[in-house]
Amino acid sequence: MLEDLSQYILDIAENSAKAKAKKVLIELAVDNRNKSIVLRVSDDGWGMDEEFLRKVEDPFTTTRKERKVGLGIPFLKQAALACEGFFDIKSKKGEGTVIEAGFRKDHIDCPPLGDVAATIATLIMGWPECRWIFRYSVDGNSFILDLDDLLDHLGDRELLKSPKVVLWIKDYIQENIDLLNQKKGGEDIA
Amino acid sequence: MPKIKNLDDLRKIREESKDLTSARSGGKKKIIVGMGTCGIAAGAREVLTAILTELDKRGIKDVAVETTGCIGMCQYEPLVDIIRPGEPRVTYGNMKPEDVSRIIAEHMINGNIVWEKVIGRTD
Repeated sequence: MLEDLSQYILDIAENSAKAKAKKVLIELAVDNRNKSIVLRVSDDGWGMDEEFLRKVEDPFTTTRKERKVGLGIPFLKQAALACEGFFDIKSKKGEGTVIEAGFRKDHIDCPPLGDVAATIATLIMGWPECRWIFRYSVDGNSFILDLDDLLDHLGDRELLKSPKVVLWIKDYIQENIDLLNQKKGGEDIA
Repeated sequence: MPKIKNLDDLRKIREESKDLTSARSGGKKKIIVGMGTCGIAAGAREVLTAILTELDKRGIKDVAVETTGCIGMCQYEPLVDIIRPGEPRVTYGNMKPEDVSRIIAEHMINGNIVWEKVIGRTD
């Protein structure tokens, strides 16, 4: 198991990038009234056929050759179900994959959000050619970061590999997450 | 909390540092951080952030930083590879954010391998 939601997001979204997605949408929605957190990662990568999809939740399924177990998806599913949440994966060969995991935020086993800003910045740095879109919402108020908007201002995609730019992106996301969390009267959201 | 950052900062960064792009992917000095499930679980993202912070702090612009998946040495994660042109590629294991500044100063900049953290070497 991983420590927090931000680590699951990094792990799952890397699968999208490795599946040659051109666009990956990461949505994290916190709902304080319904006491839920819903994570959705949607990509337009190469997707999975029905046979692979059936066994992808099994730890002994992986596409890699370095080891025989793939723990990313089983970990996320286990974490979601451990706090009476839900897990769902839909995929179509050649079209893409959507993974959804729900968590009950008042459950003792609900993982903390962790450093989501560092996760998004790490994904952008690692796969700058992919269009990352991150939406964080708290009770209906949202912050959206679209890598295309950043590139409009930055001009050169190569600059996404510069430490200064990556750290700026991380701080920018963190600042906006903090702002949304504070809107909810300072209540601890995760 | 007032908003401090906005997207126009990126234009400023771009104008202020025309030489930032020297760290292009084709750059010869390279740092590679393992970011598979095993790496993430062991704290690789924090190590990566420490590396970026250290490079930014020292104003080092000729080092390309990359991430990679699992290379099958999960027990030694977080793994960090240092590549200097014309020298063997060195893999450091069990890296912690606090190890980063020493490895960048001693190895990346000065070329002296920090042997106590080395787990592999490719000539």
